[in-house]
Amino acid sequence: MLSVKNLSKSFNDHYILEDFNLTLPKNGFTVLIGPSGCGKSTLFDLLTCVVPIDRGDIFLFGERVPHLREKAAYMQQKDLLLPWFSLMDNALLPARITGADIDQSRKKALALFERLGIGGFENYMPGEISGGMRQRCALVRTLMFERDLVLLDEPLSALDAITRRSLQSLLLMLQKDFNKSILMITHDIEEALLLADELLVLTSPPMRIREQFTFNDEKPRNVNDPRLIEIKENVLSQLQKDMKNEPV
Amino acid sequence: MNRSSLIAFSAAFFILAVWELLCRSLNIPDFILPAPVSILKVAIFRAPLLLPHAGVTALEILTGILISLAVAVPLSMVMFAYPSIEKAVAPFLVASQAIPVFAIAPLLVVWLGYGIASKVFMAAVIIFFPITVNLLEGFKSCDQEYRMLFQLMGARFFKTMRLLYWPWALPHFFAGLRVGVSVATIGAVIGEWVGAQKGLGYLMIQANARLKVDMVFAAILWLSVMGMMLWVFVGFLEKRVIKWK
Repeated sequence: MLSVKNLSKSFNDHYILEDFNLTLPKNGFTVLIGPSGCGKSTLFDLLTCVVPIDRGDIFLFGERVPHLREKAAYMQQKDLLLPWFSLMDNALLPARITGADIDQSRKKALALFERLGIGGFENYMPGEISGGMRQRCALVRTLMFERDLVLLDEPLSALDAITRRSLQSLLLMLQKDFNKSILMITHDIEEALLLADELLVLTSPPMRIREQFTFNDEKPRNVNDPRLIEIKENVLSQLQKDMKNEPV
Repeated sequence: MNRSSLIAFSAAFFILAVWELLCRSLNIPDFILPAPVSILKVAIFRAPLLLPHAGVTALEILTGILISLAVAVPLSMVMFAYPSIEKAVAPFLVASQAIPVFAIAPLLVVWLGYGIASKVFMAAVIIFFPITVNLLEGFKSCDQEYRMLFQLMGARFFKTMRLLYWPWALPHFFAGLRVGVSVATIGAVIGEWVGAQKGLGYLMIQANARLKVDMVFAAILWLSVMGMMLWVFVGFLEKRVIKWK
Protein backbone atom coordinates (compact mmCIF):
# COMPACT_ATOMS: atom_id res chain seq x y z
CA MET A 1 0.00 0.00 0.00
CA LEU A 2 2.65 2.49 1.11
CA SER A 3 6.14 2.24 -0.16
CA VAL A 4 9.04 4.50 0.73
CA LYS A 5 12.19 4.28 -1.37
CA ASN A 6 15.62 5.71 -0.65
CA LEU A 7 14.24 8.43 1.61
CA SER A 8 17.03 10.70 2.83
CA LYS A 9 17.17 13.70 5.11
CA SER A 10 20.12 15.47 6.65
CA PHE A 11 20.40 18.34 9.09
CA ASN A 12 23.71 20.23 9.07
CA ASP A 13 25.38 17.50 6.96
CA HIS A 14 24.31 14.89 9.47
CA TYR A 15 22.06 12.24 7.96
CA ILE A 16 19.01 11.32 10.04
CA LEU A 17 17.73 9.07 7.27
CA GLU A 18 19.86 7.81 4.40
CA ASP A 19 18.30 5.71 1.67
CA PHE A 20 15.59 4.51 4.03
CA ASN A 21 13.17 1.96 2.58
CA LEU A 22 9.84 0.84 3.95
CA THR A 23 6.90 -1.13 2.62
CA LEU A 24 3.54 -1.18 4.31
CA PRO A 25 1.03 -3.91 3.43
CA LYS A 26 -2.67 -3.09 2.98
CA ASN A 27 -4.64 -3.45 6.22
CA GLY A 28 -1.40 -4.18 8.02
CA PHE A 29 -0.35 -2.89 11.43
CA THR A 30 3.29 -1.90 11.20
CA VAL A 31 5.05 -0.68 14.32
CA LEU A 32 8.33 1.23 14.37
CA ILE A 33 10.46 1.00 17.47
CA GLY A 34 13.90 2.46 17.93
CA PRO A 35 16.18 4.41 20.25
CA SER A 36 15.24 8.00 21.12
CA GLY A 37 16.29 10.46 18.43
CA CYS A 38 16.78 7.78 15.80
CA GLY A 39 14.56 9.61 13.33
CA LYS A 40 11.15 7.96 13.73
CA SER A 41 9.28 11.23 14.11
CA THR A 42 11.41 12.79 11.35
CA LEU A 43 10.16 10.00 9.09
CA PHE A 44 6.57 11.06 9.85
CA ASP A 45 7.51 14.71 9.32
CA LEU A 46 8.93 13.80 5.92
CA LEU A 47 5.93 11.69 4.98
CA THR A 48 3.56 14.53 5.87
CA CYS A 49 5.80 17.22 4.37
CA VAL A 50 6.24 19.08 7.64
CA VAL A 51 9.94 18.85 6.76
CA PRO A 52 11.00 18.73 3.07
CA ILE A 53 12.58 15.54 1.76
CA ASP A 54 16.21 15.75 0.53
CA ARG A 55 15.70 12.84 -1.82
CA GLY A 56 13.67 9.68 -2.18
CA ASP A 57 10.22 8.66 -3.30
CA ILE A 58 6.89 7.92 -1.68
CA PHE A 59 4.42 5.61 -3.40
CA LEU A 60 0.82 5.19 -2.30
CA PHE A 61 -1.13 2.38 -3.98
CA GLY A 62 1.68 2.25 -6.54
CA GLU A 63 1.33 5.90 -7.44
CA ARG A 64 4.18 8.29 -6.73
CA VAL A 65 3.05 11.09 -4.41
CA PRO A 66 5.02 14.09 -3.11
CA HIS A 67 3.77 13.52 0.45
CA LEU A 68 0.93 11.97 2.43
CA ARG A 69 -0.65 15.22 3.55
CA GLU A 70 -4.39 15.04 2.88
CA LYS A 71 -3.92 11.35 2.05
CA ALA A 72 -3.31 9.88 5.48
CA ALA A 73 -4.97 10.41 8.85
CA TYR A 74 -2.53 11.41 11.57
CA MET A 75 -2.79 11.08 15.31
CA GLN A 76 -0.19 12.28 17.73
CA GLN A 77 0.75 11.85 21.36
CA LYS A 78 -1.24 14.97 22.23
CA ASP A 79 -4.93 14.70 21.49
CA LEU A 80 -4.93 18.24 20.00
CA LEU A 81 -8.63 18.71 20.66
CA LEU A 82 -9.71 22.32 20.23
CA PRO A 83 -10.78 23.55 23.67
CA TRP A 84 -13.45 25.89 22.24
CA PHE A 85 -15.34 23.07 20.54
CA SER A 86 -17.41 20.30 22.11
CA LEU A 87 -16.28 16.74 21.52
CA MET A 88 -18.81 16.44 18.70
CA ASP A 89 -17.57 19.63 17.02
CA ASN A 90 -14.00 18.38 17.35
CA ALA A 91 -15.02 15.12 15.69
CA LEU A 92 -16.75 17.09 12.92
CA LEU A 93 -13.65 19.15 12.19
CA PRO A 94 -12.54 17.01 9.21
CA ALA A 95 -16.06 17.28 7.77
CA ARG A 96 -16.10 21.06 8.20
CA ILE A 97 -12.70 21.38 6.56
CA THR A 98 -13.42 19.08 3.63
CA GLY A 99 -16.92 20.49 3.17
CA ALA A 100 -18.63 17.13 3.74
CA ASP A 101 -22.32 16.90 4.62
CA ILE A 102 -22.50 17.84 8.31
CA ASP A 103 -25.72 15.96 9.14
CA GLN A 104 -24.41 12.71 7.71
CA SER A 105 -21.03 13.24 9.35
CA ARG A 106 -22.80 13.86 12.68
CA LYS A 107 -24.62 10.53 12.39
CA LYS A 108 -21.36 8.78 11.60
CA ALA A 109 -19.60 10.53 14.50
CA LEU A 110 -22.40 9.56 16.90
CA ALA A 111 -21.96 5.90 15.92
CA LEU A 112 -18.21 6.19 16.45
CA PHE A 113 -18.67 7.83 19.86
CA GLU A 114 -20.79 4.83 20.87
CA ARG A 115 -18.33 2.37 19.38
CA LEU A 116 -15.35 3.89 21.14
CA GLY A 117 -17.11 4.01 24.48
CA ILE A 118 -17.70 7.75 24.80
CA GLY A 119 -21.35 7.79 23.76
CA GLY A 120 -23.31 10.43 25.67
CA PHE A 121 -20.30 12.72 26.03
CA GLU A 122 -20.69 14.40 22.62
CA ASN A 123 -21.64 17.77 24.08
CA TYR A 124 -18.91 17.84 26.72
CA MET A 125 -15.99 20.21 26.31
CA PRO A 126 -12.46 18.71 26.15
CA GLY A 127 -11.59 20.32 29.49
CA GLU A 128 -14.39 18.43 31.21
CA ILE A 129 -13.23 14.86 30.47
CA SER A 130 -10.28 12.58 31.25
CA GLY A 131 -7.15 12.14 29.14
CA GLY A 132 -8.27 8.70 27.98
CA MET A 133 -11.63 10.03 26.80
CA ARG A 134 -9.92 12.90 25.04
CA GLN A 135 -7.69 10.43 23.21
CA ARG A 136 -10.76 8.38 22.23
CA CYS A 137 -12.31 11.54 20.84
CA ALA A 138 -9.08 12.23 18.91
CA LEU A 139 -9.41 8.70 17.55
CA VAL A 140 -12.99 9.45 16.44
CA ARG A 141 -11.69 12.54 14.67
CA THR A 142 -8.96 10.44 13.02
CA LEU A 143 -11.57 7.95 11.81
CA MET A 144 -13.76 10.74 10.46
CA PHE A 145 -11.11 11.39 7.83
CA GLU A 146 -12.06 8.27 5.89
CA ARG A 147 -8.46 7.78 4.85
CA ASP A 148 -7.10 4.27 4.41
CA LEU A 149 -3.72 4.98 5.91
CA VAL A 150 -3.36 6.05 9.54
CA LEU A 151 -0.10 7.38 10.98
CA LEU A 152 0.10 7.13 14.76
CA ASP A 153 2.94 8.93 16.53
CA GLU A 154 3.04 7.52 20.05
CA PRO A 155 -0.69 8.08 20.45
CA LEU A 156 -0.96 6.30 23.80
CA SER A 157 2.29 7.29 25.49
CA ALA A 158 0.73 9.97 27.71
CA LEU A 159 -1.91 7.65 29.15
CA ASP A 160 -2.00 5.49 32.26
CA ALA A 161 -1.58 1.70 31.93
CA ILE A 162 -5.28 0.78 32.17
CA THR A 163 -6.48 3.43 29.71
CA ARG A 164 -3.63 2.50 27.41
CA ARG A 165 -4.69 -1.16 27.42
CA SER A 166 -8.27 -0.30 26.52
CA LEU A 167 -7.15 2.05 23.73
CA GLN A 168 -4.83 -0.63 22.36
CA SER A 169 -7.95 -2.76 21.84
CA LEU A 170 -9.54 0.16 20.03
CA LEU A 171 -6.51 0.45 17.73
CA LEU A 172 -6.88 -3.23 16.86
CA MET A 173 -10.55 -2.59 16.15
CA LEU A 174 -9.52 0.34 13.96
CA GLN A 175 -7.40 -1.99 11.85
CA LYS A 176 -9.83 -4.91 11.73
CA ASP A 177 -13.28 -3.34 11.55
CA PHE A 178 -12.41 -0.20 9.62
CA ASN A 179 -9.87 -1.84 7.28
CA LYS A 180 -7.20 0.73 8.01
CA SER A 181 -3.51 0.32 7.32
CA ILE A 182 -1.61 1.58 10.31
CA LEU A 183 1.94 2.80 10.75
CA MET A 184 2.66 3.46 14.40
CA ILE A 185 5.64 4.75 16.35
CA THR A 186 6.00 3.61 19.94
CA HIS A 187 8.59 3.33 22.68
CA ASP A 188 6.69 0.59 24.44
CA ILE A 189 7.94 -2.84 23.36
CA GLU A 190 5.00 -4.69 24.93
CA GLU A 191 2.56 -2.43 23.10
CA ALA A 192 4.42 -3.10 19.85
CA LEU A 193 4.28 -6.87 20.45
CA LEU A 194 0.56 -6.76 21.22
CA LEU A 195 -0.42 -4.71 18.18
CA ALA A 196 2.04 -5.29 15.38
CA ASP A 197 1.69 -7.46 12.32
CA GLU A 198 5.15 -6.26 11.49
CA LEU A 199 7.60 -4.88 13.99
CA LEU A 200 10.52 -2.91 12.63
CA VAL A 201 13.44 -2.32 14.97
CA LEU A 202 15.32 0.77 13.88
CA THR A 203 18.94 1.87 14.30
CA SER A 204 20.39 5.16 15.49
CA PRO A 205 20.89 7.81 12.76
CA PRO A 206 21.17 7.37 9.90
CA MET A 207 18.01 5.38 10.61
CA ARG A 208 17.76 1.96 9.04
CA ILE A 209 15.74 -1.16 9.73
CA ARG A 210 17.93 -3.31 11.95
CA GLU A 211 15.52 -6.20 12.19
CA GLN A 212 12.01 -7.04 11.11
CA PHE A 213 9.63 -9.36 12.96
CA THR A 214 6.49 -10.62 11.28
CA PHE A 215 3.59 -11.92 13.35
CA ASN A 216 0.96 -14.09 11.78
CA ASP A 217 -0.83 -15.16 14.94
CA GLU A 218 -4.27 -13.95 16.04
CA LYS A 219 -4.77 -10.82 18.13
CA PRO A 220 -5.23 -9.97 20.95
CA ARG A 221 -2.01 -11.62 22.09
CA ASN A 222 -0.73 -12.58 25.47
CA VAL A 223 2.42 -10.72 26.50
CA ASN A 224 3.42 -13.72 28.59
CA ASP A 225 3.70 -15.89 25.47
CA PRO A 226 7.27 -17.35 25.62
CA ARG A 227 7.86 -16.42 21.96
CA LEU A 228 6.90 -12.79 22.58
CA ILE A 229 9.07 -12.68 25.70
CA GLU A 230 11.97 -13.94 23.63
CA ILE A 231 11.40 -11.30 20.95
CA LYS A 232 11.04 -8.62 23.64
CA GLU A 233 14.44 -9.57 25.13
CA ASN A 234 15.94 -9.59 21.66
CA VAL A 235 14.56 -6.14 20.80
CA LEU A 236 15.59 -4.74 24.18
CA SER A 237 19.15 -5.96 23.80
CA GLN A 238 19.33 -4.42 20.31
CA LEU A 239 18.06 -1.09 21.59
CA GLN A 240 20.49 -1.20 24.52
CA LYS A 241 23.36 -1.84 22.11
CA ASP A 242 22.37 1.24 20.20
CA MET A 243 22.22 3.30 23.37
CA LYS A 244 25.73 2.16 24.35
CA ASN A 245 27.01 3.28 20.97
CA GLU A 246 25.59 6.77 21.46
CA PRO A 247 28.20 9.47 22.05
CA VAL A 248 28.26 10.70 25.66
CA MET B 1 -17.30 40.39 47.56
CA ASN B 2 -13.97 38.65 46.96
CA ARG B 3 -10.68 39.47 48.64
CA SER B 4 -9.22 41.56 45.81
CA SER B 5 -12.40 43.66 45.50
CA LEU B 6 -12.40 44.20 49.26
CA ILE B 7 -8.78 45.41 49.14
CA ALA B 8 -9.56 47.75 46.20
CA PHE B 9 -12.62 49.24 47.91
CA SER B 10 -10.79 49.61 51.22
CA ALA B 11 -7.85 51.36 49.52
CA ALA B 12 -10.19 53.72 47.61
CA PHE B 13 -12.18 54.46 50.75
CA PHE B 14 -8.98 55.15 52.73
CA ILE B 15 -7.61 57.58 50.10
CA LEU B 16 -10.95 59.42 49.83
CA ALA B 17 -11.29 59.60 53.62
CA VAL B 18 -7.79 61.09 53.98
CA TRP B 19 -8.52 63.55 51.15
CA GLU B 20 -11.82 64.60 52.77
CA LEU B 21 -10.20 65.00 56.18
CA LEU B 22 -7.32 67.07 54.81
CA CYS B 23 -9.67 69.38 52.88
CA ARG B 24 -11.83 69.94 55.96
CA SER B 25 -9.08 70.24 58.56
CA LEU B 26 -6.87 72.52 56.41
CA ASN B 27 -9.83 74.52 55.05
CA ILE B 28 -8.59 74.10 51.48
CA PRO B 29 -10.79 76.28 49.25
CA ASP B 30 -12.93 74.52 46.61
CA PHE B 31 -11.23 76.35 43.72
CA ILE B 32 -7.88 74.76 44.77
CA LEU B 33 -8.93 71.23 45.80
CA PRO B 34 -12.58 70.40 46.49
CA ALA B 35 -13.36 67.61 48.95
CA PRO B 36 -14.63 64.26 47.58
CA VAL B 37 -18.11 64.82 49.08
CA SER B 38 -18.40 68.19 47.28
CA ILE B 39 -17.29 66.58 44.00
CA LEU B 40 -19.84 63.78 44.43
CA LYS B 41 -22.57 66.32 45.10
CA VAL B 42 -21.70 68.24 41.89
CA ALA B 43 -21.46 64.98 39.91
CA ILE B 44 -24.95 63.93 41.06
CA PHE B 45 -26.88 67.21 41.36
CA ARG B 46 -25.38 68.78 38.20
CA ALA B 47 -26.07 65.61 36.23
CA PRO B 48 -28.53 67.41 33.92
CA LEU B 49 -25.58 69.55 32.76
CA LEU B 50 -22.98 66.76 32.79
CA LEU B 51 -25.03 64.03 31.12
CA PRO B 52 -25.43 65.58 27.63
CA HIS B 53 -21.66 66.28 27.54
CA ALA B 54 -20.93 62.75 28.77
CA GLY B 55 -23.22 61.44 26.03
CA VAL B 56 -21.20 63.26 23.36
CA THR B 57 -17.89 61.96 24.74
CA ALA B 58 -19.33 58.43 24.99
CA LEU B 59 -20.48 58.65 21.37
CA GLU B 60 -16.99 59.74 20.31
CA ILE B 61 -15.38 56.90 22.23
CA LEU B 62 -17.78 54.21 21.00
CA THR B 63 -17.51 55.36 17.38
CA GLY B 64 -13.72 55.45 17.78
CA ILE B 65 -13.77 51.87 19.09
CA LEU B 66 -15.91 50.67 16.18
CA ILE B 67 -13.72 52.40 13.59
CA SER B 68 -10.50 51.10 15.13
CA LEU B 69 -11.97 47.58 15.22
CA ALA B 70 -13.02 47.87 11.58
CA VAL B 71 -9.44 48.74 10.63
CA ALA B 72 -7.42 46.76 13.21
CA VAL B 73 -9.08 43.36 12.72
CA PRO B 74 -8.65 43.03 8.93
CA LEU B 75 -5.21 44.64 9.09
CA SER B 76 -4.04 42.11 11.71
CA MET B 77 -5.35 39.26 9.57
CA VAL B 78 -3.61 40.57 6.45
CA MET B 79 -0.35 41.14 8.34
CA PHE B 80 -0.55 37.61 9.71
CA ALA B 81 -1.29 36.09 6.32
CA TYR B 82 1.44 38.10 4.58
CA PRO B 83 4.52 38.64 6.77
CA SER B 84 5.99 40.91 4.07
CA ILE B 85 3.05 43.30 4.59
CA GLU B 86 3.63 43.13 8.34
CA LYS B 87 7.26 44.11 7.82
CA ALA B 88 6.21 47.00 5.60
CA VAL B 89 3.43 48.27 7.89
CA ALA B 90 5.14 47.73 11.28
CA PRO B 91 7.31 50.90 11.15
CA PHE B 92 4.22 53.02 10.45
CA LEU B 93 2.37 51.37 13.32
CA VAL B 94 5.21 52.09 15.71
CA ALA B 95 5.51 55.64 14.38
CA SER B 96 1.80 56.21 14.94
CA GLN B 97 2.38 55.49 18.61
CA ALA B 98 5.67 57.36 18.91
CA ILE B 99 3.97 60.64 17.99
CA PRO B 100 2.07 61.98 21.02
CA VAL B 101 -1.61 62.40 20.33
CA PHE B 102 -1.31 65.93 21.81
CA ALA B 103 0.96 66.82 18.89
CA ILE B 104 -1.49 65.90 16.19
CA ALA B 105 -4.66 67.02 17.98
CA PRO B 106 -4.55 70.65 16.72
CA LEU B 107 -3.91 69.44 13.17
CA LEU B 108 -6.82 67.02 13.32
CA VAL B 109 -9.11 69.80 14.50
CA VAL B 110 -7.94 71.92 11.55
CA TRP B 111 -8.42 69.06 9.09
CA LEU B 112 -11.58 67.45 10.48
CA GLY B 113 -13.22 70.43 12.15
CA TYR B 114 -14.54 71.22 15.61
CA GLY B 115 -17.24 68.57 15.38
CA ILE B 116 -17.21 64.97 16.48
CA ALA B 117 -15.00 63.67 13.63
CA SER B 118 -11.64 64.88 14.97
CA LYS B 119 -12.34 63.41 18.44
CA VAL B 120 -13.51 60.10 16.99
CA PHE B 121 -10.36 59.93 14.89
CA MET B 122 -8.16 60.61 17.90
CA ALA B 123 -9.89 57.97 20.02
CA ALA B 124 -9.60 55.51 17.12
CA VAL B 125 -5.87 56.20 16.72
CA ILE B 126 -5.26 55.46 20.40
CA ILE B 127 -7.37 52.28 20.47
CA PHE B 128 -6.16 50.94 17.14
CA PHE B 129 -2.59 50.06 18.20
CA PRO B 130 -3.21 47.76 21.20
CA ILE B 131 -5.94 45.89 19.34
CA THR B 132 -3.85 45.39 16.20
CA VAL B 133 -0.68 44.34 18.01
CA ASN B 134 -2.45 42.03 20.47
CA LEU B 135 -4.53 40.34 17.80
CA LEU B 136 -1.51 39.81 15.56
CA GLU B 137 0.47 38.36 18.47
CA GLY B 138 -2.52 36.16 19.27
CA PHE B 139 -2.56 34.71 15.76
CA LYS B 140 1.20 34.19 15.89
CA SER B 141 1.07 32.47 19.27
CA CYS B 142 -0.98 29.58 17.85
CA ASP B 143 0.67 26.28 18.76
CA GLN B 144 2.69 24.75 15.91
CA GLU B 145 1.19 21.31 16.54
CA TYR B 146 -2.34 22.63 15.98
CA ARG B 147 -1.23 24.45 12.83
CA MET B 148 0.26 21.19 11.58
CA LEU B 149 -2.93 19.31 12.40
CA PHE B 150 -4.91 21.73 10.23
CA GLN B 151 -2.35 21.50 7.45
CA LEU B 152 -2.59 17.71 7.52
CA MET B 153 -6.36 17.93 7.40
CA GLY B 154 -5.97 20.00 4.23
CA ALA B 155 -7.49 23.18 5.70
CA ARG B 156 -7.07 26.32 3.63
CA PHE B 157 -6.19 29.70 5.17
CA PHE B 158 -9.69 31.08 5.74
CA LYS B 159 -10.99 27.87 7.32
CA THR B 160 -7.90 27.70 9.54
CA MET B 161 -8.44 31.36 10.40
CA ARG B 162 -12.08 30.78 11.35
CA LEU B 163 -11.72 27.47 13.16
CA LEU B 164 -8.26 27.80 14.73
CA TYR B 165 -6.49 31.16 14.64
CA TRP B 166 -9.43 33.36 15.64
CA PRO B 167 -10.55 31.31 18.65
CA TRP B 168 -6.89 30.93 19.63
CA ALA B 169 -6.29 34.69 19.43
CA LEU B 170 -9.50 35.74 21.20
CA PRO B 171 -7.92 36.10 24.67
CA HIS B 172 -5.21 38.33 23.11
CA PHE B 173 -7.85 40.29 21.22
CA PHE B 174 -9.81 40.98 24.39
CA ALA B 175 -6.62 41.93 26.24
CA GLY B 176 -5.94 44.50 23.51
CA LEU B 177 -9.53 45.70 23.55
CA ARG B 178 -9.41 46.16 27.33
CA VAL B 179 -6.28 48.31 27.01
CA GLY B 180 -7.86 50.16 24.09
CA VAL B 181 -11.12 51.05 25.80
CA SER B 182 -9.34 52.11 28.97
CA VAL B 183 -7.25 54.67 27.08
CA ALA B 184 -9.96 55.62 24.58
CA THR B 185 -11.19 58.43 26.84
CA ILE B 186 -7.76 60.08 26.55
CA GLY B 187 -8.07 60.51 22.78
CA ALA B 188 -11.59 61.89 22.93
CA VAL B 189 -10.90 64.30 25.79
CA ILE B 190 -7.70 65.64 24.24
CA GLY B 191 -9.63 66.34 21.07
CA GLU B 192 -12.28 68.18 23.07
CA TRP B 193 -9.65 70.22 24.90
CA VAL B 194 -8.11 71.41 21.65
CA GLY B 195 -11.35 72.46 20.06
CA ALA B 196 -14.95 71.46 20.67
CA GLN B 197 -18.37 72.76 21.54
CA LYS B 198 -19.58 69.73 23.44
CA GLY B 199 -18.21 66.87 25.54
CA LEU B 200 -16.73 66.38 28.99
CA GLY B 201 -13.32 67.67 27.83
CA TYR B 202 -14.94 70.88 26.62
CA LEU B 203 -16.85 71.16 29.93
CA MET B 204 -13.62 70.67 31.90
CA ILE B 205 -11.89 73.50 29.99
CA GLN B 206 -14.87 75.80 30.50
CA ALA B 207 -15.17 74.96 34.21
CA ASN B 208 -11.44 75.30 34.78
CA ALA B 209 -11.45 78.78 33.25
CA ARG B 210 -14.15 79.78 35.78
CA LEU B 211 -12.23 78.14 38.68
CA LYS B 212 -15.08 75.64 39.12
CA VAL B 213 -12.64 72.93 40.07
CA ASP B 214 -15.39 70.78 41.62
CA MET B 215 -17.05 70.66 38.17
CA VAL B 216 -13.69 69.66 36.61
CA PHE B 217 -13.41 66.82 39.12
CA ALA B 218 -17.06 65.85 38.56
CA ALA B 219 -16.34 65.59 34.81
CA ILE B 220 -13.27 63.47 35.59
CA LEU B 221 -15.44 61.27 37.82
CA TRP B 222 -17.94 60.77 34.98
CA LEU B 223 -15.09 59.98 32.58
CA SER B 224 -13.72 57.41 35.04
CA VAL B 225 -17.15 55.82 35.40
CA MET B 226 -17.49 55.63 31.61
CA GLY B 227 -14.02 54.07 31.29
CA MET B 228 -14.79 51.55 34.02
CA MET B 229 -18.14 50.67 32.45
CA LEU B 230 -16.43 50.00 29.14
CA TRP B 231 -13.79 47.90 30.90
CA VAL B 232 -16.45 45.89 32.74
CA PHE B 233 -18.47 45.46 29.52
CA VAL B 234 -15.43 44.13 27.65
CA GLY B 235 -14.75 41.76 30.56
CA PHE B 236 -18.38 40.59 30.46
CA LEU B 237 -18.17 40.10 26.69
CA GLU B 238 -14.90 38.18 27.09
CA LYS B 239 -16.48 35.80 29.60
CA ARG B 240 -19.47 35.25 27.31
CA VAL B 241 -17.32 34.59 24.24
CA ILE B 242 -14.40 32.67 25.75
CA LYS B 243 -16.32 30.04 27.65
CA TRP B 244 -13.60 27.38 27.54
CA LYS B 245 -11.10 29.28 29.72
